[in-house]
Amino acid sequence: MTSVDVALGGSRFFVTGATGFLGTALVERILRTIPDSEVVLLVRPGRRSSPTERIRREVLKNDCFDRLREELGHAFDDALARRVTAVAGDVGSDGLGLDDDGLAALARCDVVVHSAATVSFDAPLDAAVEVNLLGPSRVAAAMVAARTVAARDGDTGPRHLIAVSTAYVAATHQGEVAEDLVGSGRFAVDVDWRAEVVAARRQRSDAEAESRRPEQLARFAAEARRELGSAGVHLLAARAERQREEWVRHHLVEVGKARARSLGWPDAYPYTKALGERALVEQFADAVPITIVRPSIIESALAEPRPGWIRGFRMAEPIIVSYARGLLKEFPGVPEGIIDVIPVDLVVAAIIAAAARGPLRGPASDDAPVVQSPEVLHVASGVRNPLRYGRLVELVQAWFSEHPLYDGDGQPITVPEWSFPGRGRVQRQLSRAGQLMGLAERAVGALPIRGRQAAWVAALEERHLLADRALGYVELYGSYTETEARYRVDRLLALWDTLDDADKDRYCFDPAVVDWGHYVHHVHLPSVVLHARVRTTPGRSSQVPRSERAIAAILSPDRHLAAFDLENTLVASNVVASYAWLASRHLSPWHRASFVGELLLQAPSLLALDRRDRGDFLRAFYRRYEGASAAELRDDSWELFSHLLLAKSYPAAIARVRRHRSLGHRTVLITGALDLVVEPLRPLFDDVVCARLDERDGRFTGQLRDLPPIGEARAHVLAEYAQAEGLRLEESMAYADSASDLPLLEAVGFPVAVNPEAKLAAIARRRGWHVEHWAPAEGGARPIVPLGPRSTRTMAGPSQASLVGARRRNRPGAHQDGR
Amino acid sequence: MSPRPGFVLEVDRSTPPTLFWHGERFRLERLPEGSRVVYAPEPLDPLPDPRAAIRQALLNPLGDRDPLPALLHPGMKLTIAFDDVSLPLPPMERPDIRQLVIEEVLELAATAGVDDVVLLAALALHRRMTEAELRHALGDRVYDAFAPNGLLLQHDAEDPDQLLHLGTTEQGEDVEINRRAAESDLLVYVNINLVAMDGGHKSVATGLASYRSIRHHHNPTTMQHSRSFMDQTRSELHSSNWRMGRLIAASGVTVFQIETTLNTNTFPSQFAFLQRREWEWGTRDRLTYLGAAGALDRTPARLARRIFHSVRAPHRMTSVQAGEVEAVHAATTDHVLAQQSVVVDGQTDIVTMGLPYISPYNVGSILNPILVACLGLGYFFNLYRNKPLVRPGGVAIISHPTTPEFDPVHHPSYIDFFEEVLAETTDPVEMAARFEESFATDPWYVHLYRTGHAYHGVHPFYMWYWCAHALDHLGAVVIVGGDPATVRRLGFRPASTLSDALELAKDVVGPSPTLTHLHVPPILMADVQ
Repeated sequence: MTSVDVALGGSRFFVTGATGFLGTALVERILRTIPDSEVVLLVRPGRRSSPTERIRREVLKNDCFDRLREELGHAFDDALARRVTAVAGDVGSDGLGLDDDGLAALARCDVVVHSAATVSFDAPLDAAVEVNLLGPSRVAAAMVAARTVAARDGDTGPRHLIAVSTAYVAATHQGEVAEDLVGSGRFAVDVDWRAEVVAARRQRSDAEAESRRPEQLARFAAEARRELGSAGVHLLAARAERQREEWVRHHLVEVGKARARSLGWPDAYPYTKALGERALVEQFADAVPITIVRPSIIESALAEPRPGWIRGFRMAEPIIVSYARGLLKEFPGVPEGIIDVIPVDLVVAAIIAAAARGPLRGPASDDAPVVQSPEVLHVASGVRNPLRYGRLVELVQAWFSEHPLYDGDGQPITVPEWSFPGRGRVQRQLSRAGQLMGLAERAVGALPIRGRQAAWVAALEERHLLADRALGYVELYGSYTETEARYRVDRLLALWDTLDDADKDRYCFDPAVVDWGHYVHHVHLPSVVLHARVRTTPGRSSQVPRSERAIAAILSPDRHLAAFDLENTLVASNVVASYAWLASRHLSPWHRASFVGELLLQAPSLLALDRRDRGDFLRAFYRRYEGASAAELRDDSWELFSHLLLAKSYPAAIARVRRHRSLGHRTVLITGALDLVVEPLRPLFDDVVCARLDERDGRFTGQLRDLPPIGEARAHVLAEYAQAEGLRLEESMAYADSASDLPLLEAVGFPVAVNPEAKLAAIARRRGWHVEHWAPAEGGARPIVPLGPRSTRTMAGPSQASLVGARRRNRPGAHQDGR
Repeated sequence: MSPRPGFVLEVDRSTPPTLFWHGERFRLERLPEGSRVVYAPEPLDPLPDPRAAIRQALLNPLGDRDPLPALLHPGMKLTIAFDDVSLPLPPMERPDIRQLVIEEVLELAATAGVDDVVLLAALALHRRMTEAELRHALGDRVYDAFAPNGLLLQHDAEDPDQLLHLGTTEQGEDVEINRRAAESDLLVYVNINLVAMDGGHKSVATGLASYRSIRHHHNPTTMQHSRSFMDQTRSELHSSNWRMGRLIAASGVTVFQIETTLNTNTFPSQFAFLQRREWEWGTRDRLTYLGAAGALDRTPARLARRIFHSVRAPHRMTSVQAGEVEAVHAATTDHVLAQQSVVVDGQTDIVTMGLPYISPYNVGSILNPILVACLGLGYFFNLYRNKPLVRPGGVAIISHPTTPEFDPVHHPSYIDFFEEVLAETTDPVEMAARFEESFATDPWYVHLYRTGHAYHGVHPFYMWYWCAHALDHLGAVVIVGGDPATVRRLGFRPASTLSDALELAKDVVGPSPTLTHLHVPPILMADVQ
């Protein structure tokens, strides 16, 4: 038995933040190395899953536990079920949101480790304040309450609080920083944390109020429309609300950053952490024995549970991967500056050692310095075993030169030379690039393009997003590479000295053990690259390309239903072209010319109305059929089918419909086109849902018989259809071309964007939807204007009068529709 | 001066370059010395008064058949079937021969007091004709008299109500033809016999038949045993049709066959150079060639195609005969050969051919890759009697752009055939076994054939079977100037120039090969001695 075993054997730990990087590693280490230990984990209840379920899924299933799983074999599940308890709660609420059982569980614990934090450097201020600033005090308050509960049973309750903070609470200082409490020594920043809490909460309510001002709401709505087009009221509203929430969040992030910087911290994280320490000490130093552990930048494990273990995509990884992919050409920093990195297992070991030794109180023995309570421990490498920024860059460069990532064509990516520029320069460059791309995107996005060109715009948007993200990294993390504070580890080393040799072996946390060259090349980078799922082999990927996998999923016999849009999904044509064809079929050459002229003149306003609202457009446009002979148009529609629809059809689309049918999928055409136009396509599908015109005495009235299946109505139609037929939408496909089809696409499990226009292309790219680029047959006829060949049938007379006559009569009506 | 017969030129140092058709373009190629070029005979003189000749033929039938007026009586059911848009090529200037013949027949019928008359386009498995095409073939007067009253029909090989199964031949072949035609008291069939394959019993037995019936002779085995299908004496295709035709006659269907032949006057005067021999080109021919070739090179293919498809040929009728099918057809075949036959001495190692923009199956449309194969290896290769122009194991070099372009209206099943069948196999026997049935019975293709203007789903298979004899016979096929991926999909070898193609061919037939160029169109029949 080592001294740690003796001190902690059979102990019960209360841990917050177990689902985080450090928390997961800590829980695993406790369970694996401390005999008969148990853990009680505070977890926010998920929307659908219980705390126990969340722990099982998000903690115990993590590959961190692979080693323990192997060691315990079949006993793993039972052992862990016995030793791990989950209690529902939240460090963001007072009393940790614990119920009586939760509090009782806490009362039975010996050691409390608070590692829950909003570690994201760009958290909204109020969230950071609730969790980082108030969290530690809430945990301490709960401990006090638990001790009272325990006392009733004649027990002592939890005896030691270890609060995980960050070394960067001292980030603003230059030179060596001792392990002192915030507010003492060189930490004398005179801020009233209570006032900060009040202000942050106020900022939230102000931002919420501001975001609801009519002008702002109009802006969000416009933004949503710009993004989605005429996707229907419901989707646009949902999108606008997301825009609003995003705006509030962004605003609070900026507010937090500004406030932190005004006080000298690089961002809201160390600022709220620092004030959190202060609040904790100020309120609970006398009530609760406290140890504050301040790690620097925590990175992948050096050895435990295995070299390179990491959870989540952390601060340095995205930067490294962006660099290796050639996206980030520069990153600010001074080569001789120290980048203070510490492997996660060292931090875990330090926490366990601190727990084993227990809180220090009063004067210590003669050979040790007098320690104040609460105690602060830095777990950092900067003084003991410094890694210079220049050296890190060299190591990274060398490794990627030898193990390059590969681009989509299987070509190795050359990593750029790092020139250690100033932060300002990099920021300027990146933001200029971002602005330019934004402008280009908006300019091109306004063009009525679709298919491959639209995909190109979407790619541009993605580059823009990457540039923005790179800028984000530089803004967020730039100051960390430029920091000149160096964190002393005297107390940490004193703790290290208390360990016997066996414990030093098992719970190593001396930063000197890290060989940076080895760590970067053989531990960290291989792990990062693996996590980033980037291509590390040359040539064509041995993996089946994403699009082929998507096709295979779509063409699986397990699917149920495939819904197809008509225009620009099956055929490169539209309702205007069909109308023009039918109407011109019986006109004399002279009338045809003037007909074409008039239709061309109306084209822009028709296009605009279509963009605004598809339903209004169709209703207005179909009124042109008023008075036309139904029988005759039905007759003509067969020629229309050959001349226009089939001639401009996408053979690949027709082949796809047929393929779905042969696989036993139900196929449905759902279109706003008229029944008489789509009639000849009927045999291609199992079912057709389309618009129908009202008829009276053999003539069309120009009114639609029922709501045309477009926009949201289309999704409803599909849902009703699926339900009636006992088919499941999550096992179904929808093929469509425009953002106005979003409700339909979102309704199914396998949406496919066909020749998407710019907005849908961008959405499809973001959501990883499959995209098809289908072209009309090369050898098909391509009339410049969709005019029917003249019919000289003797019965042609009346219909000529009726269709064009209807158009004339309708012009005033069209004005009423807002044109 | 009487028209000159066909001619075989031996290329020497003084021979000017030879004109090759290349789809909607032309190429001038210098052939190796010693090569031969086979030219069609010059157009025969047409009949001076076609209408009088037609009436003559109707009143003086051949074989065991009464004159037409004797076969017409009041209360009878008369059906007049006629060849569809696949004939002649290019479509002829107005008036079309069909119009002339049908007007004469209708006049006799009117005189005899016949009022149950139906006109029937003999489509077989071809696409339905458009209104414009019907008007062109029949003339506006006939069209307007019949179409609005529903008396102008197009044969529908997929309408069970419109078909009648007449029995099976002694070889077990189903004979199923158009019900109206079969149940008529008299079936008049109006032919245009452009090539020696056309007409005879094939008119009714194929033109008015169903897939169930046609599949007995449109298959790889028959085509491999038709050497060639242009020579009815050695054509299994014809033997089968003749068996069926006799069964149709035995079933009581009275066919009054009218066959007509055309001269080789194929192109209008602005393209006169196309039917002159290059060394005889005058200044005007050179200039029109330069103008046409230069302009076409600068014209987008789509536009060039439209220009060419608007060409109407100045063909003129050289003969008309009517009466009993077999007697009529024997006389017709003599007339066809009189116009087209060219004696060629011996086979060659390599045959070269330039394919034009048109074949029987893409009137008004595009010559897709499958039709390229069919026109070159089906039609042109089979334009022989006795022996093929090229020796067994020889090479065919075809000049055509061969792009992967298809007409989605006329050839929908071709697109899938190209993507699904040819990607798997180019062997006619294998594809017949594995794929034919599913294409032939596919409801979507049937729908498009019946209601649109699509060839039947099985048609691309037939086009490929048409090549079966050539594929068996040849050592290799090279396409000059084609899209390489498409050419390879067809199982052929791509070459960018004729000299590259000749090098490829030498790998197959050995060094210093003999070469013969088939200078078609105008159409000729090589009588290989």
